[in-house]
Amino acid sequence: MTDSIKVRAKVTGGVTEVKALINHTMETGLRKDAKTGQLIPAHFIQEVTCTHNGENVLTAQWGVAISKNPYLSFKFSGAKAGDTLKVSWVDNKGETDSVETKIS
Amino acid sequence: MNTTRRKFLKTSAMTGAAVATIGTGILAPRHAMAAWSKAAFDATDVNAALTGSYGNTDMTNSNDIEIKAPDIAENGAVVPVSVSSKIAGTESISILLPGNNTPLAATFTLSSRTEGFVSTRVKMSKTADVVAVIRANGKLYTAKKEVKVTIGGCGG
Repeated sequence: MTDSIKVRAKVTGGVTEVKALINHTMETGLRKDAKTGQLIPAHFIQEVTCTHNGENVLTAQWGVAISKNPYLSFKFSGAKAGDTLKVSWVDNKGETDSVETKIS
Repeated sequence: MNTTRRKFLKTSAMTGAAVATIGTGILAPRHAMAAWSKAAFDATDVNAALTGSYGNTDMTNSNDIEIKAPDIAENGAVVPVSVSSKIAGTESISILLPGNNTPLAATFTLSSRTEGFVSTRVKMSKTADVVAVIRANGKLYTAKKEVKVTIGGCGG
């Protein structure tokens, strides 16, 4: 599950803007398979955690209403260029992925 | 010869991915899962979702919350929503979609360094309000914006 997260963090005027895109099906559990007519089981990201230099800056808890291949953006202060930002997610099947990036 | 090589690379890459998935599944942090409120996300009405997330439903309408979303969304599967709060001490931002089967879409917990702003994309099954609920200093504040949906985005 590597490379499921694309993240960009840029600091301007002391405020870091983070933009992240995650590759994930985000199945609601309400959709039917066109061939078999069976419901496709729910498979969605439940929690996204963002940490700056090891300190939590944002925790997102998601339900099935978040779109496929989720997009997330937020802003925080107190970071400088070169700092490490880590983004990780866990889905309802216990699958997980994380990525670290340098703030630019 | 090229095709064989390509096939080999593809197979080995897939096996690698599968192994990685199984490995991470076992090591998934359990404490993180516990924080996710099933009661709130499975709730079928707004009040139950709020009770599950925040323990109460006493909210104040606020003009300091701005919801940015399209007036008309052609595709309900991808509706961009941004919420910004000018309320001092904003601790968390929830996005609720009363038109969906389960209204609670997301709850973002902010640190003291994080600005009262989040942006994401949500699925909407039909024309309905987008409701933002913000907790600041232990109180709940709310605002809403209607989005007209042309094609619903919840499957079926």
